[in-house]
Amino acid sequence: MSAQRLYRPPVSLTWWLRKPSYLVFVLRELSSVFIAWFVVYLLMLVYAVGSDPAAYRDFLDLSANPALVVLNVIALAFVVLHAVTWFGLAPKAMVIRLGALRVPPGVILAAHYAAWLVVSAVVAWVVLR
Amino acid sequence: MTTKRSPEPLLWLLFSSGGMVAAMLVPVLLFLFGVAFPLGWLSPPDHAYLASVVSHPITLLVLFGLCVLALFHWAHRFRYTLYDGLQLKKHRVPITILCYGGAVAGSIVAALVLLRAI
Repeated sequence: MSAQRLYRPPVSLTWWLRKPSYLVFVLRELSSVFIAWFVVYLLMLVYAVGSDPAAYRDFLDLSANPALVVLNVIALAFVVLHAVTWFGLAPKAMVIRLGALRVPPGVILAAHYAAWLVVSAVVAWVVLR
Repeated sequence: MTTKRSPEPLLWLLFSSGGMVAAMLVPVLLFLFGVAFPLGWLSPPDHAYLASVVSHPITLLVLFGLCVLALFHWAHRFRYTLYDGLQLKKHRVPITILCYGGAVAGSIVAALVLLRAI
């Protein structure tokens, strides 16, 4: 069997600017870069905490640098976009059946938001206690 | 006879678990340590307390899982960002090596940094 050679019209590099939904798609894809940045930032924090109180103070001073705050505010916006779009997809990705009944998508969505709230509250409580 | 299996299902599983833990844990942590403490909205925990929290086995396990899964989530999604967003699908071999190699290297660094905090 020979491979088909189909004509593929070239796609411009700015295809994602043509429709709002394309733009949201690309922004959602880009959120992964900010998740990777968060891992770097988290490891910087853990490294400082694992050193000594002076290193932790240095980390806190560094984190107050305006450029870093701006980066982290942008990263937070992307990470929240990731969370909202991720939970929005969950009811489509998960089909849970109880006997013959399918759990309604709205319930799965609400359960994810409830879990998000609980996890965030527990983390905040552990950090701020 | 050997069958060549695609690693894609495994990579997708890592991607989706990473997406879930990142969605659950990253917003609150980034809000606290990246925005609220630096801007003085909340006062950060002192070193002794945070060191005791970080060195707890459960925290170490959660943070290690978060780092590894989030990095593999990044690797998978960023690979497709480069394929689709920048139309680089013809360079898929170096892109794949860069993304998953980065995730593996990052996971090793995460393990070393976390073990050091014990």
